[in-house]
Amino acid sequence: MASGTTTVEHAADAATHGAEASGAGMPQLDFATFPNQIFWLLVTLVVIYFVLSRIAIPRISAVLAERAGTITNDIAAAEELKHKAQAAEAAYEKALVDARAEASRIVAEAKAEIQAELDIKLQKADAAISAKTAESEKAIAEIRAGAVKSVTAVAKDAAKEIVSALGGKADAKAVTAAVSARMKG
Amino acid sequence: MATEAHEEGTGLVFHPLDQFIVKPLFGEGPIHWYTITNATLWMALSVVAIIALFVLGSRGRAIVPTRTQSIGELIYGFTYKMVEDVAGKDAIKFFPYVLTLFMFVLFSNYLGLLPMSFATTSHIAVTAVLAMAVFLTVTIVGFVKNGTKFLGLFWVSSAPLALRPILAVIELISYFVRPVSHSIRLGGNIMAGHAVMKVFAGFAAVAVISPVSVGAISAIYGLEMLVAGVQAYVFTILTCVYLKDALHPGH
Repeated sequence: MASGTTTVEHAADAATHGAEASGAGMPQLDFATFPNQIFWLLVTLVVIYFVLSRIAIPRISAVLAERAGTITNDIAAAEELKHKAQAAEAAYEKALVDARAEASRIVAEAKAEIQAELDIKLQKADAAISAKTAESEKAIAEIRAGAVKSVTAVAKDAAKEIVSALGGKADAKAVTAAVSARMKG
Repeated sequence: MATEAHEEGTGLVFHPLDQFIVKPLFGEGPIHWYTITNATLWMALSVVAIIALFVLGSRGRAIVPTRTQSIGELIYGFTYKMVEDVAGKDAIKFFPYVLTLFMFVLFSNYLGLLPMSFATTSHIAVTAVLAMAVFLTVTIVGFVKNGTKFLGLFWVSSAPLALRPILAVIELISYFVRPVSHSIRLGGNIMAGHAVMKVFAGFAAVAVISPVSVGAISAIYGLEMLVAGVQAYVFTILTCVYLKDALHPGH
């Protein structure tokens, strides 16, 4: 600090004028200004208190309450709409399932019909085929019988000729028996 | 220190505390209790700012708020929740009172950060009145609500019996120190920050270090923006804590 006299002078200055105090001593400790500051502070606080408690706080709390109400209502409405949407979806799903069941039923019916028709046709075809087969087998059997008869006759004749050619007297009965025995064997 | 710099005559003049001088707004002369001073002006401006935020800002009463209205609602909700959480549900009737203190301190702190402005909350006269108001409210409410049971605040029933008288003395001292710490914390923080900025501003007159000085002022200004909010918050939350003691004494 500087010389004591200046400090004292400044302090005195500050005490009397308040405005001229230049660094010597804290203006905060200039008690001459205390009544002024305290008075205006009390005025300020009272004004702020009334503005807040009479106007601002009721207004803001009303707005907040109203907003909370609106939000609750909106959420309820949204919930209801959601339920409706869910119901609609369920109905749609049900319709889809029904349609699928109907479609598969129709398909099964058609299949059964076709199968029945097919079975009848197959039976007919089988019958025709087996008839033809039987006919053919008969023809083959006839042909085979004819062939055996011819072979027997040729064998007898040939055997007779061979016997006579060898100079023997062909006994027709014995030749026939021999040929028949050979044919069987 | 300031006088020394003055006498050196280098042009480096520090008047870091001049910004706190209370002076009449119109003309010269002694300061009476009714004189309109710069303190009056800046208190009035804080009132105007509060009205602008809370009354003009919410005049639409909109369900979907405008920007100003939503700031007001945020501060309302923040303070309401703080009172409810810290001081309890039955402290809600003190909510307008707490909001008044919070708004005055917050707006004074931030208005004080404007260049050329006057920081009303840097004055111990102002913060002491605020703190004494809280102290008296808490004490009166405590005795009215709880009667002599309020003294249980000083009688720590959970401590061993032998320790209780000692603790009672400590509790009593700490109770009466509350308004002092409550007021000096706020006033000292705001005053110190503004004074430091002024000191750095004085260095800005020297060309060589002026960039450093300007940078430091910017940095401290940023810090002071934080301090202004935090100190207002601390003042308010301590008010709530003290109110809790008044409404629910005992540990």
